[in-house]
This record gives sequence, C-alpha cells and structure tokens, in this order.
Amino acid sequence: MKEPVILHVNGKSHTINVDPSTPLLYVLRNQLSLNGPKYGCGLQQCGACMVLLNGKAQPSCMMPVASAKEHTVTTLEGLSQNDKLHPVQQAFVEEQAAQCGYCLNGMVITAVSLLNENPHPDDKAIRDSLHLSLCRCSSHARIVRAIKRAAKTV
Amino acid sequence: MTGCLTIGFSLGGFSYGYSSPFGQELPESLKRNPNINAWLEVLANGNVRVFTGKLELGQGISTAIAQVAAEELDMQMEKVEVILAETGRTPDEGYTAGSGSIEHSAMAVRYASAAAREKLLQLAASKLNTPVEQLNIENGKVGIKSGNHTLTFGDLLQGKQITDEVHLPVTLKPKEQYRLVGKAIPRADIGWMVKGEPVYVQDLRFPGMVHARVVRPPAYDAKLLKLDEQYVQKNVEGLLKIVKNGSFLGVIAEDEYQAIQGQKLMRESCTWSASSLLPSTGETNLKDYLINLPVESERVREQGKITSDNFTHHAQYFKPYIMHGSIGPSCAVAFRDKDMLHVWTHSQGVYPLREALSKMLNLPLENIHVKGVPGSGCYGHNGADDVAADAALLAIAYPGKHIRLQWSREDEHGWEPYGSAMIMEVAANLDNAGKINDWKYEVWSDSHGTRPGGRAENLLVAHYLERPFIPKSGGFSGGAYRNAEPYYAIPNQQVDAHFFKGPLRVSSLRSLGAYANIFATESFIDELAEKAGKDPYEFRLMHLEDERAKDVIRKLRELTKGQQTIEGTGIGIAFSRYKNSASYCAVAAKVAVDTKEGTVQVQKMWAAIDSGEAINSDGLKNQTEGGMIQSASWTLREQVKFDDHHITSTDWASYPIFRFNDVPDVEVAVLNRPQEEPEGAGEAVQGPASAAIANAVYYACGKRIRDLPILPHKIKSEANDKKG
Repeated sequence: MKEPVILHVNGKSHTINVDPSTPLLYVLRNQLSLNGPKYGCGLQQCGACMVLLNGKAQPSCMMPVASAKEHTVTTLEGLSQNDKLHPVQQAFVEEQAAQCGYCLNGMVITAVSLLNENPHPDDKAIRDSLHLSLCRCSSHARIVRAIKRAAKTV
Repeated sequence: MTGCLTIGFSLGGFSYGYSSPFGQELPESLKRNPNINAWLEVLANGNVRVFTGKLELGQGISTAIAQVAAEELDMQMEKVEVILAETGRTPDEGYTAGSGSIEHSAMAVRYASAAAREKLLQLAASKLNTPVEQLNIENGKVGIKSGNHTLTFGDLLQGKQITDEVHLPVTLKPKEQYRLVGKAIPRADIGWMVKGEPVYVQDLRFPGMVHARVVRPPAYDAKLLKLDEQYVQKNVEGLLKIVKNGSFLGVIAEDEYQAIQGQKLMRESCTWSASSLLPSTGETNLKDYLINLPVESERVREQGKITSDNFTHHAQYFKPYIMHGSIGPSCAVAFRDKDMLHVWTHSQGVYPLREALSKMLNLPLENIHVKGVPGSGCYGHNGADDVAADAALLAIAYPGKHIRLQWSREDEHGWEPYGSAMIMEVAANLDNAGKINDWKYEVWSDSHGTRPGGRAENLLVAHYLERPFIPKSGGFSGGAYRNAEPYYAIPNQQVDAHFFKGPLRVSSLRSLGAYANIFATESFIDELAEKAGKDPYEFRLMHLEDERAKDVIRKLRELTKGQQTIEGTGIGIAFSRYKNSASYCAVAAKVAVDTKEGTVQVQKMWAAIDSGEAINSDGLKNQTEGGMIQSASWTLREQVKFDDHHITSTDWASYPIFRFNDVPDVEVAVLNRPQEEPEGAGEAVQGPASAAIANAVYYACGKRIRDLPILPHKIKSEANDKKG
C-alpha cells in the first residue's frame, strides 16, 4: 500500500507516494532518479548502495524508506557544491581510482563519512572503514591512495 | 617480424615519418570495414566522433581509442567523442575479449584517423593551392605553415564525410612526435562516475519505463510444473504482467520493488520437476570426479621426443570453478516498438548477441537494434547476454514500454557461466647441468567459451522455452590449453589437452585456461629449480631465448632487490607471456604465513609488464594492479560450491572474495616499447600472480600447495609438508 513519505535528500525535501517498506535504494534511484547509490547485492554485503545518513555512511538496500524520513540523506550527487567537486571526489579523479567504477559510490561515500569523523586516518583506519565495500576490478590500492590524498585537502 | 621500419626526413621543418610498406599490415576490423567514415565522422561543431565495435568494460579502452584518434588528427582529447559498440552504427568487431581491443580496434582507429588526416591535407592542399608538405594540421584546422589562413575540417568537407577506403601505405604519425599516446591521459568517464552521472546500463531511464524480475529454476534441468498465477496477481500491487514461456518465468510491474515482491511470491507459488543430481562430493573429491569423466583429447604440441618415463619430478595441480563475481549484477533494457526490438546491454558482443536473439525470437536481424552500454566489470562472459535475452522475451510479451530487467545477486552468482575447474599434470627431466630436457604436460578442462556467438542455444533462457534450443556440447576448447605450452626453450615437449563435460555451466573468464596453466607451470618451474639447485630467477633466465622475456624478469629482480624476509614470510616469483604471443609479465609476491591458523597475508606484489607500445601507460598500470589483486583473491579464497541440486555460492558470504584488509600493496613497472606492436594487458598478470603467491607460500612455510584455493586447512594439513 502506497503512502506519502517525506524525504530530505541532497538538501531538498520530497514527498513521495510509495510503499513505506520499499528499501531506500529503490526510492532514490527510481522515484528520485538518482544514480549515486547502486544495486550490488541487496544484502548489505558489498557497499555499492551506500548513502550518507546524517553524514554517516549507511547501506540503503535493506533500509525501509520510512525509517529514513526524519533524517538527512546525501548521495554522490549531493556532495559537490555549485559544480565544485568534494575533495574526495576530486581525489578519486586525480588518482584515477576506478576501473569499471561501479563500486565507486560506496567508496566515496564511506570516505566522506570517515573523514567527517577522522580527518587524518592512517592506512589501517582507511582499510577498516571500507570493510563493507567490495571492489572486484580490484582498484583497492588507488582507492586508499585517493582517500589519503583527500585527507590532506579536507 | 615485430616493429616497423621508420624513416624520417624533414622538409621545411615539417617532419614526415612513414613506416615501410613491408612492415605495415591493416588490422582485421579495418580490412572488414575499410571506409574511413565507418570509423570516424567530423561533426558540425568541429568535433570528431569515433566509432568502435568494442565496449568499455572499465579497462579504459574508450579513452585509449580517443587518444589514438586525437593523436593522428592532432586534436585535443576533449574534441573527440567515442561511440561504443552498437548494431547498425559501429563496425562489427565481434567480442570485446581476449585482450584484443588495443590490437584490433585502437589500431583500426589509428590507421583510419591517419588516412583521414592524409585526405584532409590533400583537400586543403588543393583548396589553398599549396603542396601538402607546407601545410600544418592542428586543433581541427589546416593551414599554411608560414601563413595565417586556416581551414577547419568543416570547411574542407562541406558537410560530407570521408568515405574513401583505407589502403596501404598509410602515413602514421612518427612516434617521436606523440603528445598523447603513451602518456597517462586521465579517463573522462571517471569524472562522470564520481558525480553520479548516468554511465551504466543500470542507470538507463526512459519515459514510462517499467521493471521486471525473472525466476530461475532450482536446478539446471528442473522444469516448471505449476505456477499459481492468480495468487501472485492478487498479492502484488502494480503487477502488469506475468510472462510464462515453458520454464521461463518473468514478472513485470510498474515499480521496481513491486517487481521484487512479485519475484518472491512467484518463487513461493511455483512447483518444479525433480532434477538430476550434481556430484557434490566435497572439494577434494571434485578433482577425482572430474579427472575420471570421459574425455576428448587433443595433442597440442609435440616437439622432439620424450624417450623416458622416469622423470626427475612430476606433480598434479588443481583449480576449482571460480566465478566472475561482477559487483553489479547483470541488467538490460528492452523495448518492443511496433516491429522493432531495441535492446540496451553490457554484452561484450552486440552483433553476435543480435544474431542469437534473431534466431531465438524468430525476428529478422534488421528488426533488432542492440546498443552497448557499460555495465560493471564483467571479466569475461558473465550474465550480460542472458539478461538481455530474458529482457527481449519480456519485451515481446509486453510491447510498447521500455522494460528494465535487473538480475539479483543470487541470479548472477547462481547462473553465470563460471571459469572451468581444471586439472594439470606436469612431468619433467633435468639433465646433468640442471637444464630441462623433457617436458610432459596434460590438462583436463571443460569449455572456455560458450558465448552466444550468433547461436540461440548459447543463451541461458533458450533452454527453458516452450520450444527450447538445445545446447550442443563443446564450445571454444582452445581456451583450455592457452599457455599450456611452456615459453621456455625445452628440446623435448609433449602437451596434451583432455576435454570433459563438467557439471556446472562454464564459459570465458579472464585469461581462460592461462590462469591455471601458468599456475601449474610456474609452480612446477620453481619445484624444478629447487631440484636443480638453482635460484628461481636464474633458472627461468637460463631457459629463455626471448630478450623481452628476460627483460621483464630482470626488471622484477631489480624491483625486489633488497627485500628481506623474516621467519614466516617468503617471496615467490613467476613469469609468463600471455598466449605465448602477447604481453610479457613477471610477478613477485611477498607473503606472511601463520602456520598455526593457516592464514596467508599477501603483503606486497610487484609486476613488470611489457605490452609493446603502451597507448595509455596509466591504463596499463591500472589493469595490472587490479589484475594481480583479483588473481590473489582467486588464488587464496575462491571456489564455487554446490550441493546435490544447484550452486550454493549465492552471495558474498558464501563466495568470499578479498576485502580491503586482504589487499597487498602493489607496485607495477611498465616497460614501454613504442616500436613494438601494442598488446592488450587485461589478462597478462593473473597467471603469474597465482604462481608467485604459491611459490611465496612455499618459501614462507615449506608447504607446497598445488590445489587451489590456498585455504588455511591446506596450510595446516600434514600432507603438504616439504617432502619432495
């Protein structure tokens, strides 16, 4: 049964008519046409669907949209301000930290969340923070380098 | 003969270099599509649009192709756009596979762009009444070297395209003048990805688009007996259609979550026939099961004569079934628009897919349009073609709307075609000087290629239709013995391949048989080196005649010089030349082994790679870094598991792969040889990486593991102890 759900996403409020048990991922991608969070497994095992919930990285593939309604949701699209890339996004570009790039959303969102809490993470802190995120093309080395680079500029 | 003779001379300060006609050869795809405008068009705004029959898979090929075109036409990268594989629009270049995109597509674009350049100069010469040698081409304009007057490509072409055919000789830009090729030009698509711009087939959205899911059987040969359609109709809001064709089941709904709920309810309300059992005898017995299957055999190589059965050393190696494991499960969009069928797909071969769909659906080729759109990394033949076929069936059943079909994680893990399990047996004789005299190699494998290739029966869904297409056994068997022949100089060699029909669905996975064959060969080479009392580097060098092979090994030795190992750590090396004709790669791995827990931590990996002329040096590095880590994950973690009925590796918990804390530091040195043929690098490192790790494990703890993956219980097991 559909009902109106109010979401705050990337600085805007939306009233969406949707089944409240729909995982947030599908509402963001379909009702709000956002590309940032991606479907990877629907099981919270791979991190492709990460979003920032009040500034902290969370998977969105199992969270019912109704439980997001009091919170601020930020996706990849909401990281840049006035066409200027967020330092993490910029660092990923500079380090060319991607091959297919499908996992990149999870990596960038997790990195932003990490740097919000710990502006000077060491290698171990970076790797630990990414424990939920899988990369099959195996761009891990570049991803870690990009996050270290971003930490210098944040 | 590799490389080409380059003669350079200057006239009025403007240098020409051209390759001797005896060295030049037009790439195959260019021979098949010789018109320049098949490969590039000049747009009204002065940009150049390049067409490739290949697909961007994350390997950076769209950037490399743009570099090559921009180089020959002396344009800025931003002014060159690349159109990826699309039927009726781009050349048919078969499959984006086998590391062939640089060698084939990029080189076709190079020659076509260079030929276009020649034509534009000729047009300008005639218009400006000036000899070609006095003209300059830059930034989309042609002008007289010493003058001010310039003509744009648009001025010269007057709205027409260059339709001339490309014929040898073609004046290529001399390599000393390169501004772009060989450099680490950044990829534009990464800039789009970080911003969440639509890049993937998963991101496609069309007005009125609807969503679908499929329900696969519980086993390969289970048949649908009953479906309670009414129950599903009643309980799924927004349900638009249930599609049933034989044992193929699909559900279409307005909203994606409704389709997911429909899929769940459909699963619960259908009954299937019993199915034949899979040989789920546990991992150690899979090898015994497979090696005892009936086989067809082929003698791959016979050189000299092996006269004795009394070998210095022999060993058996095993590689399990492993999966592609794409992070983004396969996805396609299909649209039946009156008599046309449009399919958007991340298939590696849009033309062969179109042909297969044409046969499956009984639709003429010209009524099917297939457009390649990047998906997540596929690493070979994964579910991309199959989901496209599923979507096409749904579109035929529900015309007039774009249908987006997304496979679930379980669909992808459980139904993708895997990399075949393989068994390798090696035996060799050393002479008194410690040189290998005899080499006997046997490999057992299933097929390494069941791509659609224009055949309906190779599409997964085709077996399950009301009027099924029956898969024929076989497929591309050559992949099994890729790199089965040693690259070393050994006087007497015998290589045999045995093909079995295994229990699981198989097809091409990155490097095909090379991963397992190089794992076996390079592990065995280390074992022989020990028997011969020789250092692993020296042992390899003394058996190689190719200087380029020796160079990557020497480079690797240089990279790892000074590395120390403490108790419980070890460094291992390996070498191969992919397909014995493409990229050269030497790899070293440093591991730490905890013999109590059996855990192996890969601390660092090094690679030296020679891919001939490097088009994008960063792309090469990226592919090699990633390839080493992916191979480390295969080698230390991965095996597809199954029970009596079906695959049980259905998610990331049941099929674990490397996570961030497993990943080693990596270092890659690229040996760029601009005068050599450019080779692809996507599959060069996987084989040597696995053997380097196995060899390192041996040095770290004395355990020689020959059965992959290298799991803790194998390290702890007595049977693997250093005994010879």
